[in-house]
Amino acid sequence: MALFSSLSERLNHIFSKLTKHGKLTALEIKEAMREIRIALLEADVNYQVAKDFIARVSELAVGEEILKSLTPTQQVIKIVRDELTKLMGEENQKLEVASKPPTIIMMCGLQGSGKTTLSGKLALKLKKEGKKPLLVACDIYRPAAIDQLKVLGKSIQVDVFERGTNNPVKTIKEAIDYANKFALDTLIIDTAGRLQIDEKLMNELKEIKKAINPTEILLVIDAMIGQEAVNVSTAFNDALDVTGVVLTKIDGDTRGGAALSIRQVIGKPIKFVSVGEKMTDLEPFYPDRMASRILGMGDVLTLIDKAQEAVDEQTAREMERKFKENSFDLNDYIQQVNSLKKMGGLKSVLSMMPGLGGKLKQIEDSIDEKVLEKNKAIIQSMTPKERANPDIINGSRRQRIAKGAGVEVSDINQLIRQFNQSKEMMRMLKNPKAYGGKMAMLKKLMGG
Amino acid sequence: MGIFKKFFDKLKYIFKKSELDDDFYDELESLLVSSDMGVETALDIIDELKAVCKQKLIKEVDAASKELKTILISKLNQPKVEFNYPLIITVVGVNGVGKTTSIAKMAKYFLSQKKSVMLAAGDTFRAAATEQLSMWADRLKVKIVKQGEGADSAAVVFDAIASMKAKNTDVLIVDTAGRLHTKTNLMKELEKINNIIKREYPEAQKLNLIVLDASIGQNSIAQIKAFKDSVDIDGIILTKLDGTAKGGVVYPILNDLEVPIVFTGYGEKVDDLSLFDVEEFVDKILM
Repeated sequence: MALFSSLSERLNHIFSKLTKHGKLTALEIKEAMREIRIALLEADVNYQVAKDFIARVSELAVGEEILKSLTPTQQVIKIVRDELTKLMGEENQKLEVASKPPTIIMMCGLQGSGKTTLSGKLALKLKKEGKKPLLVACDIYRPAAIDQLKVLGKSIQVDVFERGTNNPVKTIKEAIDYANKFALDTLIIDTAGRLQIDEKLMNELKEIKKAINPTEILLVIDAMIGQEAVNVSTAFNDALDVTGVVLTKIDGDTRGGAALSIRQVIGKPIKFVSVGEKMTDLEPFYPDRMASRILGMGDVLTLIDKAQEAVDEQTAREMERKFKENSFDLNDYIQQVNSLKKMGGLKSVLSMMPGLGGKLKQIEDSIDEKVLEKNKAIIQSMTPKERANPDIINGSRRQRIAKGAGVEVSDINQLIRQFNQSKEMMRMLKNPKAYGGKMAMLKKLMGG
Repeated sequence: MGIFKKFFDKLKYIFKKSELDDDFYDELESLLVSSDMGVETALDIIDELKAVCKQKLIKEVDAASKELKTILISKLNQPKVEFNYPLIITVVGVNGVGKTTSIAKMAKYFLSQKKSVMLAAGDTFRAAATEQLSMWADRLKVKIVKQGEGADSAAVVFDAIASMKAKNTDVLIVDTAGRLHTKTNLMKELEKINNIIKREYPEAQKLNLIVLDASIGQNSIAQIKAFKDSVDIDGIILTKLDGTAKGGVVYPILNDLEVPIVFTGYGEKVDDLSLFDVEEFVDKILM
């Protein structure tokens, strides 16, 4: 998941051109600003938002201090980063909880923005956090929408409340009674998609709001939306005074225009981003982290969050001990591959690493995630004894393992060689003095 | 509604200005970029307009706006897609662009042309997709060929073609699973469906139409490119033009990828789909 990769690449390109200059002239900054503006527009950032953004950054960037500074490009990048963060709303905003249960979360948005799927994802997330959610099906217009929610509810084992094509207000009131009766604390209401200029359907939402007074009204927006983002979010916010925004379908080459425009235009926070097709793919939105990612500075904080979700503390401690004692074996290797997978795969992890910037794409292209899977298959074809002590794997064992895993003996040789190399490296990291020259080389290799 | 008023004011502001100064071109850039045509196309069009105005000695906004419309129309000059029967249309697109609804609308269009129509429920992936298409088939009183959720979509198409041949049906419209264009295995499935059609009914005209949501921005280009890697894309169905979205992204699509627009959807009712009309489309961009 290389988020906003095209915008990121373009900005990196602009900044790397600047870096070559050393000191900057006002003219060079102006040219860079023009290019940044085009990069933002090509990324679907709203025209006015891009214009205002460039005006603000330009004003800050042409100050005396910047031009005299020894690292002017770094200063400019910092200004862009700070302003991008401000644009997206500074801090992550959590969901509100009603003082008296149930908490009611209402979804709204255009057709096809992904409300129904998101309702399911949010229900699963809340359930994992110990809440007792209830999905309420109020999309009474789209054929089979209710069925879709029921199928989703079943797959994540969350109750779905529906009254067919009854009036939504009535259905929700009955759902609240149902929730109270069965001690369910959070209602998630899936509503029908509608165009923001459809007055009749917009009134329906207003009526629901008036009758139910939801704790949260979340505007669901397809992250791929273009310049239309502004019209849509303004109209929904004018009608409903929404409490937050969720961006869906952030995936592949999402350009990120919506993420950068909406907060600025309606002043409401983006609370979540929905990143993939699996029911677990829902992340809180952190503007500062996102700004870093857009500028290719990596996102270590999200990486840590993900690592914490994928690996429990005890396993982590055990791993640390093994690293220290250098008793790391092939069983641990499998565990690492599995955790990596839980964190979204090697590419996803790499995209959050700082310092890669423009090199990211190059590295990504050279990675074959299948190698990890192949190595896993090889290790699984070993006996427990072999996994714990790879030194005993001789020629005939190699042949047996190759047959079991359906690979060549050379693949096994390669895996064991890699494994020994990484053990060697760890030994060096532990005791750098003993390895003087080699350590310096390693440091250089790692760019340190 | 406020939005319409805003657009109207903007229009008046741009085209009632009397002279062609930098402000005029700035505003024009804003208008064009806001239609999602992308900043490069917008700048190209402005350069072209400037050249025409210079050549024809145009100094007034009224005359310039007429030239602008001509340029916008000329840039949408595209090969016309003809329908020959029997016809098999495979409908592709990412999630949520309005594939199923567009299929129902297309069915209605061909019925109005006095053609017999059949649907194939090839989206065996999304929860309840087959149900949704079946409901439309019931409403339109057309035959639908389907299997259960998780079935092999190529098998559904195979059955549908057999049934189409037996009944001498004119048009078969195949629904496919919505997919983010970044998912390769689902793309493979499309290739398979295409191969089945080629093999089982070589005499039929085969069209792959991609559904694009007018409110999506520059990403639509990436969507078409990704689909084109696996299958031919013969045309576009541009939906959701009934809102304020303008779908200007078809400019770079036509220019770089040469995929023509076949149908446009201007509303939610089943009659709200028509063959592409360039004047209507350009008027909306200028609105």
